Amino acid sequence: MDKLLIKNGIVIDPLTKTEVKRDIYIENGIIKDLPVKKPTVDKGVVKTISADGLIVFPGLIDMHVHLREPGYEYKETIKSGMEAAISGGFTSICCMPNTKPVNDSEEVTRFLIDKAKNLDLINLFPIGAISKGLKGVSLADIGKLKEAGAVALSDDGNPVEDSALMGRALLYADTFNLPVISHSEDIKLRGKGVINEGVMSERLGVIGMPSIAEDIGTARDVILAGYYGVKLHVAHVSTAGSVNIIKQAKKIGIKVTCETCPHYFSLTEESLLDYNTNAKMNPPLRTEMDKRAVVEAIQDGTIDVIATDHAPHSKDEKDDTLDAAPFGIIGLETSLPLTLRLFHDKKISLIRIAELMSLNPAKILNISGRGSVSNGYIGDITVVDLNKKWQFTEREIKSLSKNSPFIGEKFKGKTSFVMAGGKILKEN
Amino acid sequence: MSFQKKDLITIKDLSASDINYFVETAKEFKKISLKDIKKVPTLRGKTVVNIFYEPSTRTRSSFEIAQKRLSADSLSITVSQSSVVKGESLKDTLLNLEAMKPDAFVVRHSESGAAHFISKITKASVVNAGDGINEHPTQCLLDIMTVAEVKKDFKSLKVAIIGDIYHSRVARSDIYGFSKLGAEIYLYAPHSLLPRMIEYGGGKVFIAKSMEEAVKNADVIIMLRIQKERASYYFIPSIEEYRNFFKLTPELLSKADKKVIVLHPGPVNRDVEISGSIINENKTHIFKQVENGVAVRMACLYILIGYQKLNG
Repeated sequence: MDKLLIKNGIVIDPLTKTEVKRDIYIENGIIKDLPVKKPTVDKGVVKTISADGLIVFPGLIDMHVHLREPGYEYKETIKSGMEAAISGGFTSICCMPNTKPVNDSEEVTRFLIDKAKNLDLINLFPIGAISKGLKGVSLADIGKLKEAGAVALSDDGNPVEDSALMGRALLYADTFNLPVISHSEDIKLRGKGVINEGVMSERLGVIGMPSIAEDIGTARDVILAGYYGVKLHVAHVSTAGSVNIIKQAKKIGIKVTCETCPHYFSLTEESLLDYNTNAKMNPPLRTEMDKRAVVEAIQDGTIDVIATDHAPHSKDEKDDTLDAAPFGIIGLETSLPLTLRLFHDKKISLIRIAELMSLNPAKILNISGRGSVSNGYIGDITVVDLNKKWQFTEREIKSLSKNSPFIGEKFKGKTSFVMAGGKILKEN
Repeated sequence: MSFQKKDLITIKDLSASDINYFVETAKEFKKISLKDIKKVPTLRGKTVVNIFYEPSTRTRSSFEIAQKRLSADSLSITVSQSSVVKGESLKDTLLNLEAMKPDAFVVRHSESGAAHFISKITKASVVNAGDGINEHPTQCLLDIMTVAEVKKDFKSLKVAIIGDIYHSRVARSDIYGFSKLGAEIYLYAPHSLLPRMIEYGGGKVFIAKSMEEAVKNADVIIMLRIQKERASYYFIPSIEEYRNFFKLTPELLSKADKKVIVLHPGPVNRDVEISGSIINENKTHIFKQVENGVAVRMACLYILIGYQKLNG
């Protein structure tokens, strides 16, 4: 398919901040201004998609995904993860390095990129480790990772405890203009906590993780970035405290960006009531007050990105006590519908959604040619039916793992078409 | 022309004309090393004490040869064989040596500010032969001399300094020295090894965005040694990675000015910070630096002890 015409959709372009009913023409995988001579003339050569009454977004980018390959293919493979992503409307995903072996080398980065190339589905952008083996003891070969194709660095899941290592990692990565994504948390203060410390941890009688463990971690990382004058991206912000620290930091010119995940603006610690291990993740679900702060930060621009922190775990692993079950939930297939709720509730615009889920991740990760629906950009497109009502059932989950607290949830708004580089991957 | 200070501790103390005076004097002394009988009686009857608290081959032999060629009486104290290992403080060691009436001390110390500290204790002249990460003024003077033998005017000369700038006393002295003479300095290093605040007395000092930007059309390239220990303190991931991204290669060198002067203070890690072939094919001035080092140290001792004679 070299020529594709998407007709009559309402095109949301975050780059020009426009929301206009127009046609999109894609030739050889690239978005082009419509030729003067309408390409519809020679029928059969141009494939036409009717987007009547549908919303056309630039292809969604999830900059925080855990694919479990290599090493834990029983939880998720690159292929199953991509299928879940396509189902959820994503055309690009970035995979975190906590695989086995850890992606701290050019070999693993190349393996991921080659594998994705062979699958020929959506785009995969690997994130390399900050420290060798995610151990927080010595720097990974960061230049080599960049050369192999890594778009960012993170020790996600293993916060870098040593401030000297974190500071020098920020500086060294800056040499290569490679963004660093921090899992900001004071791990000693988190201790053996399994859910947010507060009313719910008391009620369930489990050890809590104080919200300030995240705040302190965020403050430290923001201070490091400010002192050294380098960029920092804070992953999965979940507390009112972190939001406030980042807001203040941005005000004084610190080059910090951040993301939150749909569960932090959709759920609270109340979801843990039944010792629900599918509501256990790190950072944990917080309080109503935190949830409100996250929503406000999405509205006022403090939060730049919505990412899923898609973390698949097998049924058997999650079928355990709250103490023993692993942290993490899947998120690729529910991210857009949960975010659309903010639109339906009149909290944010569709343009803002396109910023949060496409343009900003592309900008932060220096991914060129993506994040906008304009001339010359790559033909990554997500078409959404805003009003389609549906229910998220376990049977429909494309991910190999089913650990979602949203099973059974009713949504309004669903992905209709997904195309990457002009190639249609999902059609109704 | 004369120099109005007892000591040579830092290049910051030197004006552009002071630097030229040291270099011109060194050029005269260089002739002695080229003679059949390499000795003059200039410092006969003067006593010079070399105290080296840090291992050194090049600098120490350079100073010792300089002293012998000037007929000074000199002795060298190696810390591992001295009373320092018995717990004597730096101050006490110096007070005792001072009592023996030396005319000059040459000091190498791992602690920044050691030469300055000693210069306050003694009436003798003190030559800083490298203090911690702070300065190495005679290295700077010999670097300038080596460049001055080829380049007449330092104004707008592009000097690239590449490597572990943060920990380099050579870089610090060279940045001050070359910029005082009007050169433009381009620094390049992993950002973890760049100095934090860059303010070198109003000199034109820039941070290059890439190795290529640093060496492009450069008239002088000064490569610095990277120590393996830097990886243990997270400044760099590994020597292998350093070699891949921060080494001066023949390809990079070809982007510099055709008559580029490549310097390295030594000791060189071949194929870590600089390709061995660049040295093997005689494309550096490394051995000229060493040769000029003796002349510069003769000039320093002559000028400082000469000042003592006039003002002491």
